Amino acid sequence: MDWLNALNLTAGELIGVYTAAYVLAALGLAVHFGFTGLLNFGQAAFAALGAYGYSIATLTLNWPWWAAVLAGLAASGVFALLLGIPTLRLRADYLAIVTIAAAQALRYAFSASDYASVTGASNGLSEFGESFYSLNPIPKGRYDLGFTSMSENELFIRIIGWSLVVIAAVFLFFLTRSPWGRVLKGIREDEDAVRALGKNVFAYKIQALVIGGTIASLGGMVFVMSSQTNQPSTWGTNFTFMIWTILLLGGAATILGPIVGGMVFFALLMFTQSVMEGLVKMGWLPFLDIAQVGQIRFLLVGLILMLLVIFRPQGIFGNKKELQFNG
Amino acid sequence: MNQLTIRKSGVFFALVAMLFALFTAAAPAKAADDPSTYAYTIGGTLLNNDVGVPDVTITATLDAFKSTTKTLEDGSWEIKVPNPGVYTVTLDESTLPAGASMTEKGGNVLQADLTQTDFAAVLFSLGAAQVDTVNWGDQFMIALFAGLDWGLMLALAAIGISLIFGTTGLSNFAHGEMVSLGALVMWVCYPMLGLNIFVSAALAVLAATVFGYTQDAALWKPLRKRRMGTNQMMIVSIGFSIVARYILLLVFGGDTKDIGGVGSPINLGPVMTNDITLYSMLIAAVALGGVALFLTKTRVGKATRAVSDNAALAASTGIDVERIIRIVWVVASALTGLAGVLYGLQFQANWLTGFDLLLLLFAAVTLGGLGTALGATVGAIIIGLVVQLSVLFIPTEMMYAAALVILIVILIVRPQGVLGKKQRIG
Repeated sequence: MDWLNALNLTAGELIGVYTAAYVLAALGLAVHFGFTGLLNFGQAAFAALGAYGYSIATLTLNWPWWAAVLAGLAASGVFALLLGIPTLRLRADYLAIVTIAAAQALRYAFSASDYASVTGASNGLSEFGESFYSLNPIPKGRYDLGFTSMSENELFIRIIGWSLVVIAAVFLFFLTRSPWGRVLKGIREDEDAVRALGKNVFAYKIQALVIGGTIASLGGMVFVMSSQTNQPSTWGTNFTFMIWTILLLGGAATILGPIVGGMVFFALLMFTQSVMEGLVKMGWLPFLDIAQVGQIRFLLVGLILMLLVIFRPQGIFGNKKELQFNG
Repeated sequence: MNQLTIRKSGVFFALVAMLFALFTAAAPAKAADDPSTYAYTIGGTLLNNDVGVPDVTITATLDAFKSTTKTLEDGSWEIKVPNPGVYTVTLDESTLPAGASMTEKGGNVLQADLTQTDFAAVLFSLGAAQVDTVNWGDQFMIALFAGLDWGLMLALAAIGISLIFGTTGLSNFAHGEMVSLGALVMWVCYPMLGLNIFVSAALAVLAATVFGYTQDAALWKPLRKRRMGTNQMMIVSIGFSIVARYILLLVFGGDTKDIGGVGSPINLGPVMTNDITLYSMLIAAVALGGVALFLTKTRVGKATRAVSDNAALAASTGIDVERIIRIVWVVASALTGLAGVLYGLQFQANWLTGFDLLLLLFAAVTLGGLGTALGATVGAIIIGLVVQLSVLFIPTEMMYAAALVILIVILIVRPQGVLGKKQRIG
């Protein structure tokens, strides 16, 4: 078996652009769940709105990249308001069901053939990155990083993606240590106590939902920008639950948690996948074929999620006192 | 819009293609590079004045994939494709024989939707157009019947979710997998092994029951003992549902299975149905009645309701709460397995069937009022009707979305559900 190749692929995942995209979405979810205690199971919808906002603004309206980014952020911000205003007064588990339902309904709408001229229906949209990649200052060519090599555009989107991760992390670091952030944690621990102090709990929750949602929409934009394809099937419940696994792996109420969680998660998935593919090719796993190895990947996601919540709900970095699944 | 218009050419009926679909057996699961082993099929019969049109070129495309075929002597054609998706099917008009032309301009490019099934019939229409109408009242009756059928089936599974939530506080996201398991075991026993239909159904229900009992004993009971919070258990159930779903995929394969075959057609006024559907509805109704009697008349049923109401109080009156929870898991998974069997017999099923239905089930349970069995039944029937009747007004692809929007609206307007008791929700 080619161990070197498996390790190279694993190292590639650590700085992968999809890893950055998931980490951004997980940072958004950290604001929702980790700091405010909102059970948002519709994070895929926020990322999808970022992606669709960008690609529709570019393709249908011919907007430049910065206006398209604003469109993506605005789309998910508005969605957060629409979703939050009626539902944030509900019990936590109801919020969970409403958010997952809203995300699925949105995905059905994106794949409906009636709006194909705008959304591309189930085929999705593609080739919307021209305005963005025209910013790329890196000269054309292949760039060899030792364990992997990439084109100038692949390098550019990785730099942008991880820069956004750093910016979002620094922003959240100061935000959660501000008086505003302390109120959020107060809401997570005891909503009624915060209300008794005269704080408008509902307004804080809405603000948290909007901020987390817009960060997730950046993740969505990074996700679709690397391949310049945006398909509705990407934004299913699997996307949301992978973000949850990443968040819980790193530690929900931390900033570093989602970042390291995402890197460890994708490295682990890639490593097990390459090793299993190697074993299948060597004939050591006769009951599996190569296609099924990819399916086992998802099985592992579920297993990691279960085991984490049961045995280490605070994740790698979390403080057990800080994590409460209220209700 | 008070009339729905169905255009059909003067020369052929959708029936031809339907028969064709029914005789096309489910293709093997694994897609290798040999096109004859592709799992998905697009097909149809090209007729002009009831006569097959041979040697017409038809092409199916999706992204980079492209496959071309020619119609046979009787006008029939089929194209095997490797992946699900919405294919664009194009008839090359230049290959039509003299005298034949498309009914509509642009009618030579059609869509084949293979996202839900493994066979899509594509009917190109030749010859002069005729307009045939089905009046709105008949459309409504057809949707109403389909909605009732769906509602009864959803109710069986929704009661399971509701009973489990009521007695343990768990919103079980792994519930859909019991529906899938019921349907897929039915597929193994009935069409594959050729067992008697009732024996197969009993085995499928048994499999779901064993699965439910085991998961409670091995997973949920230990977690209850650790006093894990309900939200934490909900996330565990999400992880468990992913694991269970991908195990189903590994064991049964990813293709969509035809389980029930064709029943004998029965017409009830404007509603065209078959004996399988009618028997399914009857069985579902009897099972629902049985549950209602069980919950209201038997000691165990009354104890179940007591535990749902207040577990601590029930325990203090001498009810063995863990025993009740075990019984609830057995009853709930048996009913859910039965729902899977009935769904599989009437429609087709694959490893995602249960997961696709899960949100509708949650919608039904929430609509009726979390934790009340009667509420779940009423909620399920309402959701079934909403889903089917919505087709009269919005695109078919959006019918699940309609139910989810209803769910959101209900939660906002009346969060305790239609039959739920008023209590503090927020």
